[in-house]
Amino acid sequence: MNKSTMKYIGKRLLISAITLVIIVAVLFLMLKLMPGTPFNDEKLTEAQKLAIYAKYGLDQPFFVQFFNYMKNMLTGDFGVSFGIVRNMQVSDLVGPRILISFGIGIAAVILGTVIGVLLGIYAALHKNTLADTLATIFSVLGVSVPSFVLGLLLLLLLGVTIPVFPILYESSHPLRSSVLPVIALSFGVIANVARFTRSEMISVLASDYIALAEAKGLDRTTIIRKHAFRNTLIPVITILGPILVNLMTGSMVLEQIFSIPGLGRLLVEGITVNDYNVVLAVSFLYSVLYVVMMLIIDISYGIIDPRIRLGKGD
Amino acid sequence: MDNFEFLEDDFAFVGENHESKKEIAPPVTPFFKDFMRRLGKNKGACIGGILIVIIILIAIIAPMVSSYDYAEMNTAIQSTSPNAQHLFGTDRYGRDLFTRVWQGTRISLFVAASAVIIDIIFGMTYGLISGYFGGKVDTVMQRVQEIINSIPSLVILTLLLVIMKASLFTIIIALMLTGWIGMSRITRAQVLKVKEEEYVLASKTLGAGHFFIIFKNILPNIFGQLIIMSMFSIPNAIFYEAFLAFLGLGIPTPQASLGSLINDGFKSILITPYMVIIPVIVLAILMLSFNLFADGLRDAFDPTMKEM
Repeated sequence: MNKSTMKYIGKRLLISAITLVIIVAVLFLMLKLMPGTPFNDEKLTEAQKLAIYAKYGLDQPFFVQFFNYMKNMLTGDFGVSFGIVRNMQVSDLVGPRILISFGIGIAAVILGTVIGVLLGIYAALHKNTLADTLATIFSVLGVSVPSFVLGLLLLLLLGVTIPVFPILYESSHPLRSSVLPVIALSFGVIANVARFTRSEMISVLASDYIALAEAKGLDRTTIIRKHAFRNTLIPVITILGPILVNLMTGSMVLEQIFSIPGLGRLLVEGITVNDYNVVLAVSFLYSVLYVVMMLIIDISYGIIDPRIRLGKGD
Repeated sequence: MDNFEFLEDDFAFVGENHESKKEIAPPVTPFFKDFMRRLGKNKGACIGGILIVIIILIAIIAPMVSSYDYAEMNTAIQSTSPNAQHLFGTDRYGRDLFTRVWQGTRISLFVAASAVIIDIIFGMTYGLISGYFGGKVDTVMQRVQEIINSIPSLVILTLLLVIMKASLFTIIIALMLTGWIGMSRITRAQVLKVKEEEYVLASKTLGAGHFFIIFKNILPNIFGQLIIMSMFSIPNAIFYEAFLAFLGLGIPTPQASLGSLINDGFKSILITPYMVIIPVIVLAILMLSFNLFADGLRDAFDPTMKEM
């Protein structure tokens, strides 16, 4: 790694950090504007309400609350839940759910990328045949049909009509319960990756260095494996960003459909009962995930292809 | 050639008629005709376009001619399966689902139309200003845009719906906050390309103001492309509306949108699956058609733009 790469990474890190601070500020402000409070119980008298506000520091001025929150957050303290499980530490509430949500998300990305790449390469090698057309139709469907449509159809088909998999998440069988959501979630990934890999592979196969390799007398398998394959895979990194966004929205809906005790469900629950701290923590977690992933994608792409970095700098 | 000699009448004086040479040039196909021909060749785009027209027509006509009101409850016919009276059956309050599904489709289409308008008004203006003026204005505007872009739109959407009461208006505001970014980027890139053209320089030399250059020289040259790119925000907008409605953050009852119908039906999916399947299929067809159509439009407009 040379000096300019380091400088580039440093700059991106700084921007990401600033972005995260802004995100927390915006989230905090938005939650303060929320109608109602977590303590909307009509039985509470004014005096009791004030006492509760004082206990949780909600009577402080906005900036004091904000700085206290930021300070606590840096030590890993996200406050306590007001509504979902009263007085439980938010970090304890969120912690176990991270594993479930991330497990399903990562499984879907791996499954989707592997199948997508294979499908895309197969389609490119058999360009303009029936198989290619079918693969293209499949990717168009996968890109346009939202994952919750697929989730619902899978649930009806493999959960109800032919009950192979559980329709509700069972904590005792996490693997079996995750099969349907992972398939539903990976569908979009497969479609995106396959579509992109196909067009990338076709342009790689038409390039001069493949013609050179053919002229040297290499056999087709070697050409594809050693020359075409690698150069096709590199640009696939660029579409991981949009895929990640799809996964986040997709997983939120699928967690609802299959009753998975994950982060998305927690966020929706938190919103409905006005649980500030939970909503703030989960939204922040989503933002961190997003910002970090974008950072990794940008940096890895900058290292692989320095031209990108130069183009962006001005 | 050596012994070639020019004769007196080899050359005739053209005089004022030198324009007549133009007739030799091959007929130029008008761009629009060419565009339509390419679009017609694209099977996906044709199917998508036809489906969109059909869906729009049904969505307009069906709730008008239907003998049931979308909000009218009838406890005598709760949860009846699709039959001759109620083509899509009724929901658990006895409301006619055929009327409700198409009423919901109207909402989706309305959201789609708003998304395009928002894209054009906000995204295009932002991109135009940023790209045209360049320099410090551009740097600041790009940084602001980068930061907004790095907040996941999921977080913005859900939080906004918490602060404001869930309604169609709120959903459109939410789309406004997140939807314009892609468009502003495309517009900026196009403006940067066009503003270096000779005709812009000529206009500047003749003393044209910024306003004139932007609206008379730059915009007409990039508008077509921008409209087509804005088509891509339609399926996205339809999806986000359905997504929010499905999470229970959509428009309030008794109004119906495809997402809220799916959400309602999902509660009794094991007993009456038709309540979910029908709106899900309409939603899927709608999104698929808009995707196919937008793809086809882009390819027909500029075949080189394919993988942008």
